[in-house]
Amino acid sequence: MEKGHDTKEKIVYVGDSRIRKRDRSANVPQDYSSYPGKTEAFVPNFLLKEWMVGVVVLVGFLTLTIAEPAPLGYPADPLNTNFIPMPDWYFLFLYQLLKMPYTSGDYVLLGTIAIPGIAFGAMLLAPWLDRGPERRFYRRPIASSLMIVSLVACTYLTWEAWTHYQEELEKNGIIPEHHERRMMAEEAVKQGKPRPVPGKDTLPAIVAADDPAFTNIIQAQCISCHGTELEGGVGPALRGIGDRMGKEEIAEIITNGRGGMPAYANILTAEEIDQVAEWLAKQKEEAAG
Amino acid sequence: MFKAIYNWIDERLDITPMWRDIADHEVPEHVNPAHHFSAFVYCFGGLTFFFTVIQILSGMFLTMYYVPDIQNAYYSVDYLQHQVAFGGIVRGLHHWGASLVIVMMFLHALRVFFTGSYKHPREMNWVVGMLLFFVMLGLGFTGYLLPWDNKAYFATKVGIEIASTIPWIGDDIKMLLQGGDTPGAVTLARFFAIHVFFLPGALLTLLAVHFYMIRKQGISGPL
Repeated sequence: MEKGHDTKEKIVYVGDSRIRKRDRSANVPQDYSSYPGKTEAFVPNFLLKEWMVGVVVLVGFLTLTIAEPAPLGYPADPLNTNFIPMPDWYFLFLYQLLKMPYTSGDYVLLGTIAIPGIAFGAMLLAPWLDRGPERRFYRRPIASSLMIVSLVACTYLTWEAWTHYQEELEKNGIIPEHHERRMMAEEAVKQGKPRPVPGKDTLPAIVAADDPAFTNIIQAQCISCHGTELEGGVGPALRGIGDRMGKEEIAEIITNGRGGMPAYANILTAEEIDQVAEWLAKQKEEAAG
Repeated sequence: MFKAIYNWIDERLDITPMWRDIADHEVPEHVNPAHHFSAFVYCFGGLTFFFTVIQILSGMFLTMYYVPDIQNAYYSVDYLQHQVAFGGIVRGLHHWGASLVIVMMFLHALRVFFTGSYKHPREMNWVVGMLLFFVMLGLGFTGYLLPWDNKAYFATKVGIEIASTIPWIGDDIKMLLQGGDTPGAVTLARFFAIHVFFLPGALLTLLAVHFYMIRKQGISGPL
């Protein structure tokens, strides 16, 4: 780089090939003087107002996150066959579209490709489909009415999907897992117990493990469903069952069965059932220590 | 001293025009809600960006605790939500922000549509905006799986099944997303990578192009 005789001379890097000499006037912001009215500078005037709106939004948003914790259900179990799949709400219109008679089954391509393809394709190419210079929506009846019809259709499909889901829940008596879980957690906290973590609950130990009711009867009949350590499997865990049920209730379930559990009235004698129920009723957290 | 540092850099890089361009541009009256309240419809784009920034920041904090494998994903989410200080708020911001960003983007797109702002010369910016919309939906879809609870698992399973009905390439898309015959460990790892690296990369690139074009062309004039 060439320098003058004066060593104090300020170096200006205009000749450096790596930096293009720019004419500052070329990058002066466009002004809106062609538009009538009161313009104002982005910084600081307008940005300050935007920031104030942003702060209000942020406070409202933080309040929402505290009032309504993010949902979390139970750990994913690929073998679960009763779970009703549900996408996030903004996919519901697509999900519901695929349940319509002419967009499912043999016509599924109409639902997965054709209709969404045309809709999203038209959105993507809107500037070339609606080429006129007119910008006001009421002077563009075709574009505006197509958009409004699509909006109504999406709203309807979303609403339909949601009501259908609610009906399914009601019909099958299902409480969504994240609700159930939250209620259980609140219940546990109210009782002063630690918050349960699904699948990581520590079960109380088995009480009186050398009782013949356990070693002879339960280990022969029950563990294939309730687990070798009674930790649960197909059937629920039985450790700590005494905290939830009394002897009579347990005996009644063993005798007549409940839910997926068969009746044992013809498999075990009344005396055996009595022994088993008595032993299970002793399975309390307190006794397990 | 800051002045001296600034001058030192400006002398070499000529940075003044860069920030002056952003700082000094005039905000026209017809988009300023202070002058016309109905101009609040012009705020949705800015709010979309605001929520996007919240998503990026909260997401960055979530990855400090989240573990993308099928044994630990669920428990790491449970832990960060309930045991980590302010974890519930950070996860709440990310969870609800995902919905709000979609809402704001939707309203922004409607504003642009109904004011005819996508017309000449802003066609390209509209297309980039629509691509941003698809990237956001992709982020929503991939992020939904990450907590690895039943809701996440079965929604993703159905989503991948739907994608697999696409003729010719459907099975390849399914294999690409799922990485196996059923959704499992590989699926979670892939969705995590897509959600945290691939799509945010695309998102930031498209956002830069989106903002560059709006500065270059200016906001559309009054109706």
